[in-house]
Amino acid sequence: MRPEETYNDQIVRLFLLAAAVWGIVGMAIGVYAAAEMAWPWFNLGVPWLTFSRIRPDHTFGVIFAFGGSALMGTCYYVVQRTGHTRLAFTALANFTFWGWQLGCVLAMATMPFGLTQSKEYAEPEWFVDIAIAVVWVCFGIVFFGTIAKRRIRHIYVANWYYGAFIIAVGLLHIVNNIAVPVSLTKSYPVYSGAVDAMVQWWYGHNAVAFFLTAGFLGMMYYFVPRQAQQPLWSYRFSIVNFWALISVYMWAGPHHLLYTALPDWVQSVGMAFSLILLMPSWGSAANGLLTFNGSWHLLRTDPAAKFMVVSLVFYAASTFEGSMMAIKTVNSLSHYTEWTIAHVHNGALGWVAMITIGSLYAMAPRALGQPAMYSRPAMELHFWLHVTGVLLYIFSMWTAGVTQGLMWRATSPDGSLTYPFIDSLIAIKGLYIARWFSGVLILSGMVVMAWNLWHTAAAARARLISPIPVPIPEPEPLQVPTPLPAAE
Amino acid sequence: MAGGYKYFGAIEQNAVLLGVLTLVMVSLGGLSEITPLFVEAHSLHAPPGVKPYDPLRLAGRDIYVREGCYLCHSQMIRALRAETQRYGRYSTADESVYDRPFQWGSKRTGPDLSRVGGKYSEKWQRLHLLDPRAFVPESNMPAYPWLEHAALDASDISARMRALRTLGDPYTDADIAGAAKAVADKSELDALVAYLQGLGIANEPQPAAKEPAK
Repeated sequence: MRPEETYNDQIVRLFLLAAAVWGIVGMAIGVYAAAEMAWPWFNLGVPWLTFSRIRPDHTFGVIFAFGGSALMGTCYYVVQRTGHTRLAFTALANFTFWGWQLGCVLAMATMPFGLTQSKEYAEPEWFVDIAIAVVWVCFGIVFFGTIAKRRIRHIYVANWYYGAFIIAVGLLHIVNNIAVPVSLTKSYPVYSGAVDAMVQWWYGHNAVAFFLTAGFLGMMYYFVPRQAQQPLWSYRFSIVNFWALISVYMWAGPHHLLYTALPDWVQSVGMAFSLILLMPSWGSAANGLLTFNGSWHLLRTDPAAKFMVVSLVFYAASTFEGSMMAIKTVNSLSHYTEWTIAHVHNGALGWVAMITIGSLYAMAPRALGQPAMYSRPAMELHFWLHVTGVLLYIFSMWTAGVTQGLMWRATSPDGSLTYPFIDSLIAIKGLYIARWFSGVLILSGMVVMAWNLWHTAAAARARLISPIPVPIPEPEPLQVPTPLPAAE
Repeated sequence: MAGGYKYFGAIEQNAVLLGVLTLVMVSLGGLSEITPLFVEAHSLHAPPGVKPYDPLRLAGRDIYVREGCYLCHSQMIRALRAETQRYGRYSTADESVYDRPFQWGSKRTGPDLSRVGGKYSEKWQRLHLLDPRAFVPESNMPAYPWLEHAALDASDISARMRALRTLGDPYTDADIAGAAKAVADKSELDALVAYLQGLGIANEPQPAAKEPAK
């Protein structure tokens, strides 16, 4: 008799652990950088602790190390469950884990020492970029290899998003990082000036689109129906939103460069597509929220569901904000100010971090062979620390940003500028302290989560859990295509 | 409607088709917006007055890039009245043709620097970089004292100029040969100050004959 096929949850557990660790590391660096903005002596005179050196470590740490580990872990979990098959290429999957961790360590250990391209969110130097590209291609091979050997004919919607995330991020990463190396530690991009700006923000914006949106929507489309114990509100609606989202997002990059030296027509196209983008964004958020119809009582009893519902509200709010900020008139006020920072964290802490935390709380007990998380009060505590922190963060930075924008453009009756630049900094100093404190709240929440995961993983750590067998479905020709919408 | 769904149903059962269509859909936007800029960039020649960075200022620019100055300082004056009033004439694309990478920035924790050259004395710039709060007590800019004692590596600078030449920047053999001499005995601070003092002056197109008076 052939040995029973089991799910490969070992790799999922590794990524779960990595996500918890990187979440704390990345956010701790963020709290430290926030402290330096409020109290500039905080770098203690150390070059590699200085704000300008460690800010890329914060963004890389939370986006690629924390977000990336969570995405790859949940992706491996979801693609197995929705395809009723074991993950393809076990050894290669293990390589993607160790390779990704190595890439993150390498990037974060070199950037503070000045090995940086200084292209926002693409700072690591060329040798790190190559390592990341290799791991990424292997990730794609494992994912699509698993899709190829699936036992369910229909590819579930979550996998479309994970697939688009893998394809697009690979494309963006490679095109944006083409450079000519001078030495191991220095390279020059092949693009210069305005072309470099356009390529960089095509990358930068779509890193948001495909890393921080498409990937996490993949997570949402699996874990929200799972946690709500309801079918997706509308499968057909998810099809419309998928194709609209992935095609429209790629056009919106120029809204990062409004009123700059980029050609005017590109700016206008970028602004128009940014407004159109509101529709598929809200469509996806609505689809997720309406899936909770009939299960709203879970908000009273299930902290994981609470994280998911609130994350979808933040997703709707931050994409609305993004589309509005892409309007030239609004952008003339908001650009270069802390409002941008508020918007990023609205999306990153409100949407991305909360859907991730909700999904981790939903996935962890199943991947760790437990009926539930170790402590529900700890999950509640995490929820309130996180939500309070996020709200304090975005309200303080909104206020700071609008203050800066208005002070920079204020003119006296004689036509001269009312405020010297430094006045706009003095005006928001208190808000920098509030923002630092909000970061402390969010970081403590992450520590609570790590503690909770550690105890939930007790059985796994003692190697007491047995792998879960793959349920073998009906042979393909007999499968009813499940999600067909009602026909007339 | 059910007929329309049939086609989607086919896509969703075929991983290759789904992948290829995804790739097509995500490529359209970038191709439409970036390709014309490449074509334009080829026809765009550096205007008179815009020369590639001399060795010392190139070294300074690379230090600006290394330290991550772009995270708090933009180099892009937008075509808005309050901006031109505060920082000077709005920035144009031809000013940054030799900027690899571009340093337009996305955030102003400190002021825009695209035309900071000559705004302060060289001595002010040096001392300000060493201790910003000695001049502006309310500033939250970090101090960069380590630049003062770090020496420039001459052979590295010429290697950098050669790399830039392969990318099309018109450095002559004489430029590259003279690099070692130009940066001899200079510190990183000297280079960064030289770069800052040239911003908006040494790399600016010659002003049009009749610019409206301020």
